[in-house]
Amino acid sequence: MTPSSVATLGLVLLAAPALPGIAGRTKSFLTGRRGAPVLQLYRDLAKLARKGAVLSETTTAVFRAAPLVGLLTSLLAALLLPFDGRSPVAGFSGDLLLFAGLLALGRFVLVLAALDTGSSFEGMGASREAGFAAFTEPALFLCLLALVLATGELSLGGILGTPLAVAWSAGGPPLVMVGIALFIILLAEGSRVPVDDPATHLELTMIHEVMVLDHSGPDLGLILYGGALKLAVFAALVVGVMVPRTGVSAPVSAAILLAGLVVVAVVVGLVESVMARLRLDRVPQLLVAASALAAFAAILLLR
Amino acid sequence: MPGIEATLLLLVVLTSFLALGTGRLSTCIRAVALQGLLLGLLPVTLQAGWSVHGVALAAGTIAVKGVLLPRFLFWAIREASIRREVEPRVGFVASLLLGAIALAVSFAIAGRLPLPERSGDLLVPVALATVMMGLVVLTTRRKAINQVVGYLMLENGIYLFGLTQAERVPFLVEVGVLLDIFVAVFVMGIVVFHINREFDSLDATRLDALIE
Repeated sequence: MTPSSVATLGLVLLAAPALPGIAGRTKSFLTGRRGAPVLQLYRDLAKLARKGAVLSETTTAVFRAAPLVGLLTSLLAALLLPFDGRSPVAGFSGDLLLFAGLLALGRFVLVLAALDTGSSFEGMGASREAGFAAFTEPALFLCLLALVLATGELSLGGILGTPLAVAWSAGGPPLVMVGIALFIILLAEGSRVPVDDPATHLELTMIHEVMVLDHSGPDLGLILYGGALKLAVFAALVVGVMVPRTGVSAPVSAAILLAGLVVVAVVVGLVESVMARLRLDRVPQLLVAASALAAFAAILLLR
Repeated sequence: MPGIEATLLLLVVLTSFLALGTGRLSTCIRAVALQGLLLGLLPVTLQAGWSVHGVALAAGTIAVKGVLLPRFLFWAIREASIRREVEPRVGFVASLLLGAIALAVSFAIAGRLPLPERSGDLLVPVALATVMMGLVVLTTRRKAINQVVGYLMLENGIYLFGLTQAERVPFLVEVGVLLDIFVAVFVMGIVVFHINREFDSLDATRLDALIE
């Protein structure tokens, strides 16, 4: 743990809610509308924090604990990433698995909370989320495997540092493929088009949104912030893989990261503007394609 | 390893994956067209200097595989008014997985093949993978036109394999091969046309029912 890593983490925690706003703004710009302000999510969070929560009588403690646990998992996963390009706030050899496990745990508790409500819509959303996760997780692991093979390091802090820059100079194409695969995973994990549509208003077609329908007030705020943070964590991972930041000072590195996050958010908005959401049975195809891409990269690096 | 060559070869594999994973017939054909284009560029980057042989081969490959054959396939789609969807016998996800397995297998066995020379580390495994993925497309798609695409992919793989011996294979042989493919696809096009007229569809499985 270094002061700069803590400071950058704080910066990312602050900036995370702006990412969905930037993506939305890009989309509205490209479709000729004015759109919501970039900082809308901050206002929503402030509003939700002041409100009370309505709890259904059928729900149990699981439902109440889920938003907080979900946010905590994203937060803990964020601790493992070296946002400043040098060292993470916390890290050890093999923390890759903890990273993937924390994100899976976050999803698991949200699924449990959705099932806890007893609503059939939420159950449907939960089953879809769990089903897609079955395809996302192998892709994530294959990406991490490729990164491990490229760098010979077993911790996120080690991978995203100097070894990655060395790997880039040895051969870029596999790393580009890993970056693309990670971006597809980001779209799936962040519930964005083409996997899920954050703007949809029909329960039948929702995935992530329908799972959190019954949450309100501060609980909903926690879930929204957790989702934004998860998006930021994945975006930082993509930026970290695509732009190795070695040999620059900590402030420059943080600036590059923030610029990268904005770029990723803009690209997410671009994807959202140019393509419709995929048919539900086509989504696994996209995710398997991401797995195949990552596997190809891993095979190339294995030789 | 020269960077451009490796990138081109990786793009060849990615276009194969695209052809395996897409649900649209036109995307499938475009993927193979792109693959043909990449194959045309490869001999130029592979050889050290510019030679008449290399440039002529590149131009011929691009003209036949990248432009002529895809156009012909698009024409066939339009004329026979085929539905624009791939109808796989094996699902897309399974096809992609088969492709990934084919890739892994070809990388695993490429190093053990007793080849006279190793020209380019990636060339042999990519050639094998392209042949196998072409075979997957050829065997798991219902539509005759899609099977032609699979045949083209397979042929592209063989061409890649030929590139490892580019200095030895005489120019005339390669031109002959190109001509062969062209004629073969032409004949297939005519067959496709006849299947379509006979059955009002391009489902090749219907041919199984032809009993005298």
